[in-house]
Amino acid sequence: MATSNLVEVESVTFSYDRRPILKDINLVVPAGKVVAIMGLSGCGKTTLLRLIGGALLPDQGEVRVAGQAVNKLSDDELFRLRRKMGMLFQFGALFTDLSSLDNVAFQMREHTNLPEELIRDLALMKLQAVGLRGAAGFMPSELSGGMARRVALARSIALDPMLMMYDEPFTGLDPISLGVIGQLIRRLNDSLGATSIVVTHDVAEALELVDYVYYMADGKVEFHGTPGEVRSAALPSMRQFVRGEIDGPSPFHYPAPEYRQDLLGQ
Amino acid sequence: MTQRVLELVRALGARIVSNWIWRLGFGFRFFWVMLRESGTSFRRFHLTIREIYFAGVLSLIIILVSGLFVGMVLGLQGYDTLVRYGSSEALGVLVSLSLVRELGPVVAGLLFASRAGSAITAEIGLMKATEQLSAMEMMAVDPIARVVAPRFWGGVISMPLLAALFSAMGVFGGYLVGVRLIGVDEGSFWSQMQAAVDFREDVLNGVIKSVVFGVAVSWIAVYEGYDAPPTAEGVSGATTRTVVTSSLAILALDFVLTALMFRGT
Repeated sequence: MATSNLVEVESVTFSYDRRPILKDINLVVPAGKVVAIMGLSGCGKTTLLRLIGGALLPDQGEVRVAGQAVNKLSDDELFRLRRKMGMLFQFGALFTDLSSLDNVAFQMREHTNLPEELIRDLALMKLQAVGLRGAAGFMPSELSGGMARRVALARSIALDPMLMMYDEPFTGLDPISLGVIGQLIRRLNDSLGATSIVVTHDVAEALELVDYVYYMADGKVEFHGTPGEVRSAALPSMRQFVRGEIDGPSPFHYPAPEYRQDLLGQ
Repeated sequence: MTQRVLELVRALGARIVSNWIWRLGFGFRFFWVMLRESGTSFRRFHLTIREIYFAGVLSLIIILVSGLFVGMVLGLQGYDTLVRYGSSEALGVLVSLSLVRELGPVVAGLLFASRAGSAITAEIGLMKATEQLSAMEMMAVDPIARVVAPRFWGGVISMPLLAALFSAMGVFGGYLVGVRLIGVDEGSFWSQMQAAVDFREDVLNGVIKSVVFGVAVSWIAVYEGYDAPPTAEGVSGATTRTVVTSSLAILALDFVLTALMFRGT
């Protein structure tokens, strides 16, 4: 049986204030897989994630999640679909007035009529899954960056989503936390039977973790393939990106007038 | 020359449309959506009670102390003027009418705008800047229903209560200075007040004013927070705008309401 696609992005174009961000993007995310969208900062990765989540609407094209065209849903239908999605924001976006446990329990309290004891137990189980049951009573201000990201991860899987979206999950983490988050993404995806999209520019971590990679540059998908194909790809801009070379198709210097002329005014 | 004048007029028009008319329209649409989404604030009243605590209970100290001092000053100034006409026993009337009709709602409103209004704006603005509102939306929870509306209703409910407490403390301050300190006759202080202050004309009109100010301040505070650019500078600017706009709105609305309520009757 052929694997069905959970997310399909078809010929999507998007601009902010007439500034084109995404140009004719085509991309599919097969069910059950972990797919990375990689590229330099500002290439439109996060925008693409927001389009999939229905937070933004494309100028042209269609975004389908589980067969539903996200950009054509009513508010109610979109909210129903979002209950099956989880999103981890770049810096966690934990609710600062709620404890870790209450953050994880937030969605359960909002969307279900489960008894309070059961909600507490479920939230503790989610925290246990990210190794932070012991920090259940901590407020977000008492958590380190890595811990906050893990609590946010526990919160985003609270209702066992079918689609998980990660917006730069590795940014600003120490190597241990980074490894922990990476492992959790893979493990949770496989144990929940979910599908994951990881937006990142952390090449080494992502290539270890994911099944498939879309590489974006300048608002377009420049390359896609398995991590092995990415490593051996000959595309100059992606080679520079994967190897972290400072100069190449993506220049070190932002375009400027000639240096001598700028300094000496000649 | 004509070209330059035309350009100037065009630029002015663009500024007015984008800065004022657009924002005003957006503000009213926001107000309408907030009212439509207010069901949660009442169905899950504990959300609103929490906001009444933050906006109302935590403003008590500043409201009570200010009320006391305003009343004491009214007592001193009022006595000084009334004694010239030999009617110092009318001090109770002067103090209570000034407070119930004007100073209670207006000064409590101004204090409420700077204490609670600014806090509401800063909180919602920072929640937006740290993506908490986006996170909520992605969790299929409408931030207007869950975050904005309870804060609005918390403010609307707190404001008349605070104004009433402000007036009560003010009357007590006037009593302390007038009766206890200066020695105005206690019997006439209270009895004249009782005879002169009409429940419908004075007290109820004061309550209506404080409700209107509560709606205005809370609306401005939540709107500015929700509309704040998600940066440190954006949130600080929005907080300032809340205090300035609310204060001006209170004073302007006070004039309109006073003109409607007390037309020389």
